[in-house]
Amino acid sequence: MAINRRDFLKFTAGAGLMLSAGATPARAERQKGELPPEAVGILYDATLCIGCMSCMVACKKANSEPGGALYHKETAGHIPFERPADNPIYDAPDNLSSQTLCIIKAYRGDGATQPVHSGSPGFSFLKYHCLHCIEPACVSVCPVAALQKHPDTGIVTYNNNRCFGCRYCQIACPFGIPTYEFEKASPSVVKCQLCNHLYAQGRYSACCEACPTGASIFGKVADLREEAKRRLALKPGDTYAYPVKRVDGDERTEQVVATYVDHVYGMDEAGGTQYLFLAGVDFDKLGFNPKINSDVYPDYTWEYVSHVPALIGTLLAAGTALRVVTQKMDKNKNQAEKEDKA
Amino acid sequence: MESKGIGNGNTLLSAVTRRDFMKFCTAVAATMGLPVSMAPRIAEAVTSAQRPPVIWLSGQECTGCIESLLRTGHPTLEHLIFDLISLEYSETLNAGAGHQAEAHRAKIIEEQKGKFILVVDGAIPVKDGGVYCMIAGKPVLEILNETAPLAAAVIAIGSCASWGGVPSADPNPTGATPVHEILKPKGIPVVNIPGCPPNPYNFLSTVIHFLTFNKLPALDDKGRPKFAYSRIIHENCERRPHFDAGRFAEEFGDAGHQAGYCLYKLGCKGPETYNNCSTLPFNDTPGCWPVATGSPCFGCSEEKVGFHSPLFAKAKVVFPTPPAQQPDTIPPKGGGAKNFAYGVGGAAVGAVTVALATRGGKGDGSSTGD
Repeated sequence: MAINRRDFLKFTAGAGLMLSAGATPARAERQKGELPPEAVGILYDATLCIGCMSCMVACKKANSEPGGALYHKETAGHIPFERPADNPIYDAPDNLSSQTLCIIKAYRGDGATQPVHSGSPGFSFLKYHCLHCIEPACVSVCPVAALQKHPDTGIVTYNNNRCFGCRYCQIACPFGIPTYEFEKASPSVVKCQLCNHLYAQGRYSACCEACPTGASIFGKVADLREEAKRRLALKPGDTYAYPVKRVDGDERTEQVVATYVDHVYGMDEAGGTQYLFLAGVDFDKLGFNPKINSDVYPDYTWEYVSHVPALIGTLLAAGTALRVVTQKMDKNKNQAEKEDKA
Repeated sequence: MESKGIGNGNTLLSAVTRRDFMKFCTAVAATMGLPVSMAPRIAEAVTSAQRPPVIWLSGQECTGCIESLLRTGHPTLEHLIFDLISLEYSETLNAGAGHQAEAHRAKIIEEQKGKFILVVDGAIPVKDGGVYCMIAGKPVLEILNETAPLAAAVIAIGSCASWGGVPSADPNPTGATPVHEILKPKGIPVVNIPGCPPNPYNFLSTVIHFLTFNKLPALDDKGRPKFAYSRIIHENCERRPHFDAGRFAEEFGDAGHQAGYCLYKLGCKGPETYNNCSTLPFNDTPGCWPVATGSPCFGCSEEKVGFHSPLFAKAKVVFPTPPAQQPDTIPPKGGGAKNFAYGVGGAAVGAVTVALATRGGKGDGSSTGD
């Protein structure tokens, strides 16, 4: 072994310190449950969605660019959606995966054949990706701060240079968002980062840029919350000029208002999220875990994760002590055998 | 070579072999979704000596509907107007003209009261007493009001006659009105065959249905024959797989457009238009309908869509059905404990059977040994 005993102990002691130090400051900066000042997010209205999956395709394209969540040096230029002509496999993921940050799922109803638009809750679509919690569980459990919540925009970002692959985030996330590149030798965690690599170019989340009907709109969370409440107050059957692509943009589309379930999902679920949902069918039916309530997840995870440095420290100390004792016993034994032979 | 023609020999039908003729009748039955067993009845109807007289009135129209009808392959136009129906009056196809034609129309209406089929193409202007479309010095509104009550059936062909079409587009200066709205107060039912122009086979099938069964085909709530207009174009569109996979032409001439991707984002009205364009080639010519040529459908046959909504505005998808490959929001669960119990039960039964068989075998062995 290249590492000697002395260096190893120095490293572990340092790591232990880093663990206990690194986990605390992120919690102290912002008041608990408070929206970051420039928080951006998405409002998804399932009653407007036609299931065309433009968002999925645009997401894969945008995130395969440098800076995107699907970009890797070794596979640069490769877009997961676009298969080469000699291997045209149909891309139809059945859930979020290491190549799928955003997915359209369908609720097909109980044998119902009428779409949500028609007033009877038949089937519905759901665009599923990271909800960017105001108090993200994944950030709270990350021992190396690879996952961080941006202090201004509130986007939960991931840094694969820091990540050491413990995948606590996958276990902690109540929505089952982070995925892992199990197929790779040097894997990363993969999740939606709201296309934060596009903002410098004056662009915004690719899914909203591509949405033709205004089902997904991008904007400041405060504006989106207002817009969502405005929609819930509309009368079904009336027409309303729904904003398209951006909540603060000029583009609008006249649509007949469908019957909404009187709830904005993400307003206070898991302590509030920056991705908000409106729908015509119950959110339970759209696949959200009914056990998720307004509880803030870091409150739970902290109970466990805060013990990790102490646990590692204890294990280290106990292990070292054990080693010292057994070494001494071995030495005595060897000495005794030698003496016997002699 | 002796012709195996049917009919009285004077008709052009005699040049058609029996085999070809029966093929035509079967094709017509298929268009209407009728069983093949109906083909003989259709054959009987279209060869009967009694051909129903047809009066074809034209209002505000462009002659596109009749022009497309002139180019059908089965039946050909001459077959239609000489053998199937007796076309007594049509401004485009009349042999005579002027007073002669008008006199013939009046004569046929009088003689065939309650028996003739009235076909109308073109919208009917009602503003200022209908002076914006005059035929033989009379407003077409008046002619329609006089003729329709005496007809056995009224068929409105084309979007103008069905919904008002081009002449009724905003600001509608002539008060162009669809035929069914004019005849509604009189309680006269109207079959609408919308389209600009409609596929002539939708019209022909309706006529042949009437000849065969002496009644009109099943109609939807807007008076359209259900066999042709019960499905949205989008449902059976040849570009639908691209829609279901999120592959769209974003603008004219881009890579997606060249690759034949879905035209929804270019303003295709297929998702809100009821017609059979995507399943029945227009005039028997596959690949000639707009979507196949790379031009988005503009909803010509749908009320308030064609000529009324902006050409390249995105359609309102009236029936967004999830494709099969989209995962369920709540993934289906396996049988769980129940299936496991079945498995264990099966294994137990198997084990017992094997045990019994082994014992039985041993017994046999020992008995033969003794």
